[in-house]
Amino acid sequence: MKFLYDFIQKLGPLFKKGGKLEKLYPIYEMGEGFMFVLPLRTKTGSHIRDAIDMKRFMITVYVALVPAFIFGIFNAGYQHFLSLGISVTIWQIILKGAIVVIPIYLIVLITGGIWEVLFAVIRKHEINEGFLITSFLIPLIVPPTIPWWQLVTATTFGIVIGKEIFGGVGMNIFNPALVARAFLFFAFPKAMSGNSVWTAFGEKVVDTYTSATPLAVISDTVSGSTGIIEVLADKGYTLWNMFLGIIPGSIGETSTLMILLGLLILLLTKTASWRIVLSVFVGGFAMSTLLNQFAPDPTHIFALPAHYHFVMGGFAFGAVFMATDPVSSCGTNKGKYIFGFLIGVLAILVRTLNPAYPEGMMLAILLMNTFSPLIDHFIVQANKRRRLKYASQ
Amino acid sequence: MKVIKLRRGYDIKLIGETVRTIEQTPFPSKVALKPTDFEGLKPKLLVQIGEEVKVGTPLAFDKKNDRIKIISHVSGKISEIIRGERRVIEAIVIEPDGKQTGEELNINKNRNKESITEALLKSGLFLNFVQRPFNKIANPSDTPRDIFISALDTAPLAAEASLLLQGNENSFQKGLDILSELTSGKVRLSFKPEDKVFADFKNCELHNFSGKHPAGNVGVHIHHISPIKNANDIVWSCSVQAVILIGRLFETKKINSEIIVKVAGSAVEKRYYFKTIVGTQVSSFLVKVNENSRIISGDVLTGKKIDPDGFVGFKDNLITVIPEAIEPEFLGWLNPGFSKRSWWKTFVSAIITPNKTFNADTNIGGGNRSLVINSIYEEVVPMHILPSYLIKSILVEDIEEMESLGIYEVAEEDFALCEYICPSKTEFQQIIRKGLNLMEKEG
Repeated sequence: MKFLYDFIQKLGPLFKKGGKLEKLYPIYEMGEGFMFVLPLRTKTGSHIRDAIDMKRFMITVYVALVPAFIFGIFNAGYQHFLSLGISVTIWQIILKGAIVVIPIYLIVLITGGIWEVLFAVIRKHEINEGFLITSFLIPLIVPPTIPWWQLVTATTFGIVIGKEIFGGVGMNIFNPALVARAFLFFAFPKAMSGNSVWTAFGEKVVDTYTSATPLAVISDTVSGSTGIIEVLADKGYTLWNMFLGIIPGSIGETSTLMILLGLLILLLTKTASWRIVLSVFVGGFAMSTLLNQFAPDPTHIFALPAHYHFVMGGFAFGAVFMATDPVSSCGTNKGKYIFGFLIGVLAILVRTLNPAYPEGMMLAILLMNTFSPLIDHFIVQANKRRRLKYASQ
Repeated sequence: MKVIKLRRGYDIKLIGETVRTIEQTPFPSKVALKPTDFEGLKPKLLVQIGEEVKVGTPLAFDKKNDRIKIISHVSGKISEIIRGERRVIEAIVIEPDGKQTGEELNINKNRNKESITEALLKSGLFLNFVQRPFNKIANPSDTPRDIFISALDTAPLAAEASLLLQGNENSFQKGLDILSELTSGKVRLSFKPEDKVFADFKNCELHNFSGKHPAGNVGVHIHHISPIKNANDIVWSCSVQAVILIGRLFETKKINSEIIVKVAGSAVEKRYYFKTIVGTQVSSFLVKVNENSRIISGDVLTGKKIDPDGFVGFKDNLITVIPEAIEPEFLGWLNPGFSKRSWWKTFVSAIITPNKTFNADTNIGGGNRSLVINSIYEEVVPMHILPSYLIKSILVEDIEEMESLGIYEVAEEDFALCEYICPSKTEFQQIIRKGLNLMEKEG
């Protein structure tokens, strides 16, 4: 690979200070860094450095998202043919899914990439690898039926308003991917919310096929049945197939199994905070168990047990991939417990008490993103007070 | 004795450990004193090239405090004054004659703080004291609240404190006796519970610490034993080697700056401990250094880069030699990483062989990025300090915030591991230094 390295190095002066394409240096740096880990030597301070860099960190998160993405492709195809009532081979399913999902990913990637590069060039900083993750997250949290123009608008909104206007990576308050999702949710409520949201997309829907998501089902229940679990099962939503994810929903959110696989990768590689993930689930468990006690009748939404909440909608996906965003979550380890716990509580609260917004997870995380500086503030104040205490002795 | 167990920290496991024997090396043909070894010292020369000096001849003094002098530890001739950028004096080089002629120091019989300080200043050994807050040379007119000595060698490839002590136990005890006269409080000696050789010393308070690096940093000990309260709450620290030298000074009434230096690191073939003199030239003892190596006076995390004809730092007992980074790595981010050294677990090696030792080179390993992952740094700082908040307060130059987040308690070395594990490749130590300077100026 020596010739390639030499070639890249030869191009260098063109992009570096004084070169003709000086303004495009961030693009050069990105390409160079993509191809090679450069033999850049430490000058001062610690003479040796950890082999990790932002690229490696982000790639690891990316890899953790791949299982959910691949399953998303399969499920998009599967739901399509299911809604048409046609039985086909697995390859046809995957092909159909890929035709639907891959363009969505590419559209987001290109839109996001353009914005990232544009801001990097204007602000004269390196291209941050974080946009790779954002543009991988967005396709996973949108329904496969989303119109492309909405996707472009939402990605733009997420990256520009959610991140760049705060000063770019590391300074954003909200998770940019969730901002994009929230934008879709509030700007195109007809397409994004309501009871038939995130359904499959066959044109000739067979009569018996129901396209309501499980969250829509539980928020709509009528009394008379034996229990909420039976109501769900009646519509085809058993715990098992919700866990596996062969249900309609956003591309990457449906399969709890695949999300857990991603979680395993994140925790094994230390790239996500176990504190947050654990406390989101603890919070969700606490809140739904509490609500169980107040369920007026067994078919009421309050009666839904915690493990059902965990496998429905975006709960698991949000807990594993969204709440753990290192920038918009708490910056202190103690704060992370509070942050995660409250996300879990709020997600269940929004889901159950406000059926107009069946997807509580997104709102819970965004809300806690807003409060994470406040939580950190209290942790930091406690740290300062501790010092003040011995300083005044 | 109560052992203070530190849970947080990280040991970087490196190839290049040394055999535990002490050798004698010939007297060096050049030694040097480097004013840059003393943080906060502004040197003014007292000698010229060609001048004869004896053991104990002052070579330079501090413009800010003329009681502080850099003293020659050898007899011989000044051969060179090395200057760096903006004519900053980097080293005063002496060619020793090997005779070590010098006056007997007039050490007062009735020992009090004044006479001891005077003797230490005259012998140049006073420069061994480092003051906190601000991590700089101590001021002889201060009376420190406590004096801290760390005998824990947790830094990568650090010289073993118990080996430095071997045969010098009496001088060490004498040194502790002397130090106890300088402080209004106590001399506090910290060591590992298994290092029993340190358990019997008198005239000092003994403390046990255990844990991974930076458990041996004196800043960590101060924080856990009796933290620094404010800018005027002054404590001093010095090394085990310095205590031995101070003890020897008062035993023999002569400056005898024989020290033990360890040579370690994967890029040097002969790795050993040896006896030499303060400020010795590294070429006098480095044997078979590989090409393209970096020679570091001190450890890999906090040491200073020196040239092949450079000199051992005044307070250092360690020379580490590691390979420089040379080869670019194609598609490095795709590499599963069977031989990558990392605190993180994103490389296979960190998961399957966590205890493997590595051949570290000087590669930064990535581009500089925004500070993104804020909470990880806590995991390698075993103090109640929030590293990323402190760093950010320094970057925005918020004096009050820096103060309340604990800048008085810290030094650069306490953040060396943050710098090591940082995926954004942030220069933590440089930022902390900037903060300390700013705090001292404005605070």
